[in-house]
Amino acid sequence: MKINKINIGNIFLLSALLMLVLGLCFGLLAATIYIYPDFLKQQIGFISLRPLHVSSAMFWIILGATGCIYNGMKIYITHVKTKIIGIIQWILWLVAIAGIITSYFIKDFGGREYWEFNAVWALPIAMAWILFLINFSSLVYKIKNWPVYIWMWLTGILFFLFTFTENYLWVFSYFREHFITDMTIQWKVNGSLVGSWNQILYGTAIFLMDKISNTKNSGRSKFAFFMYFLGLFNLMFNWGHHIYTLPTEKYIRYIGYIVSMTEWAFFIKIVYDWKSSINTIQKHYHYFPYRFIMAADIWVFINMGQAILMSIPAINIYTHGTHVTVAHAMGTTIGINSMILLAACFEFLNFNTVDNPKKRKYLNVIFWVLQVSLLLFWLSLNIAGIQKGIWQLSANQGSYSKMMASLNSYFILFFMAGFGLMISFSAFAFLLIRSTLTRNNLKNDEE
Amino acid sequence: MRPRVIFFTLSTIFIVYSFSIYLKPLSIGEDKRFNEKQAAEGHLVWQSYNCQTCHQLYSLGGYLGPDLTNIISNPQKGEKLVRVMVKSGTKQMPAFSLSDKEMDALIEFLKSTDASGIADPRKFKVNNFGMIEGNENK
Repeated sequence: MKINKINIGNIFLLSALLMLVLGLCFGLLAATIYIYPDFLKQQIGFISLRPLHVSSAMFWIILGATGCIYNGMKIYITHVKTKIIGIIQWILWLVAIAGIITSYFIKDFGGREYWEFNAVWALPIAMAWILFLINFSSLVYKIKNWPVYIWMWLTGILFFLFTFTENYLWVFSYFREHFITDMTIQWKVNGSLVGSWNQILYGTAIFLMDKISNTKNSGRSKFAFFMYFLGLFNLMFNWGHHIYTLPTEKYIRYIGYIVSMTEWAFFIKIVYDWKSSINTIQKHYHYFPYRFIMAADIWVFINMGQAILMSIPAINIYTHGTHVTVAHAMGTTIGINSMILLAACFEFLNFNTVDNPKKRKYLNVIFWVLQVSLLLFWLSLNIAGIQKGIWQLSANQGSYSKMMASLNSYFILFFMAGFGLMISFSAFAFLLIRSTLTRNNLKNDEE
Repeated sequence: MRPRVIFFTLSTIFIVYSFSIYLKPLSIGEDKRFNEKQAAEGHLVWQSYNCQTCHQLYSLGGYLGPDLTNIISNPQKGEKLVRVMVKSGTKQMPAFSLSDKEMDALIEFLKSTDASGIADPRKFKVNNFGMIEGNENK
């Protein structure tokens, strides 16, 4: 197959779906350890399973975001041909992922939380991202009057590269010798990296809204630009809310606090404006993309409420370091990022159920299993977190292990809900992958 | 205002803010309570054995094990307990075979976290602006 005939966007989406399935399997194994502490302790252990789960989930989001941009550009600028650097970018990702998974299995760690692999595997990721920036810039530099989603995609790509590089400042002892500064930078990076891929995914959501409603309302409005700059402002300065309890400079914590209060509020309004403009026929034709964006909308609402509350230091004192934080992280990763990505997969991979009501009915059941499982998952973590928060602040604390044992019933619910998530997500991933391969959707249509 | 102008203005402020944080160590004096070079090596030991997967520092990290920020100054725990736990493991935690050099560096790193402030939320106070206080250097 000639390179320009390859649909690189769909190749990235398919790779992302595979990472999703892997991440779910590792996640379920890791969750088992919460109930049976010595499960697989000698073979692989939590020490490898947690990073395997977290990295796979992050790669689902990052590869998926890349696939969304390539597909979006292919629709926005017709007859975009795949270039060799796009293929090299994908190969570099494969090398990095293979190296990272091997590094975790053989316990060759070295990195920071969420990026625990040997730092050498960061090099192919950085190289892939530089190629992505070159490729994207070459596509957009001739376009005048960018819609907001092109700004958001560029922002996501640029800031991911900047913060990913910043993530490795610890290799210099200058930073490591000063623990508080080092940890401040670590959480500056974590906050901004999430902000970077959120820019890409929210940009994709706006792109899909324009595409489904067949208008340019969402991507061109002044309000959309206002919301974009508010998001960028938060990406740059709100990360201080992660480190209220760290004795870093006070101004960093105050900036994080004040900026966080402006967070997310406007995104929901854009979605609602769009929802009212879409007609029944469009909803029917883009059935699952529409449903997943609506699900993301509801999860934005739930998680936005939680995020704003957690960003208030007086409340953060109770939730910080507890499973409430995990509930928020999982709620946003699964409820918002993954829902937008699944909407994009259904749309870009051209999976349509319009002529097959039976299949639509079956997929609807899976859709609801996914949503209910996520709700139970989120609730179990929040309740466990509140219990831990009470323990953290009690005058007569018992031992940590006893406190953890007292949370066992919530962890069982968390495990069962996680199983529901694995089944439903895997079913969607399997159907999307099978349909793409069957219809040979890895080729460009126009070639 | 054009989007390009706003983007470059915000980005410039962000870069200046980032560098002001990077340059902060230059204004910090030496802390006599631990060896800074050895603590920096100990931080690498912490990362290479992936301690952060289960343990927290300032409540940031994993959730299976306890927060270790102030374990060194805890009268019921302290340096000796850390050395024993790392070598023998627990029901959940595997035993680690650290070399003496690695173990000494890890202890020095934990001394540096201990000297940096207080992580116990029971010691925190909330000021009139709603911000947490009481976590500053001991």
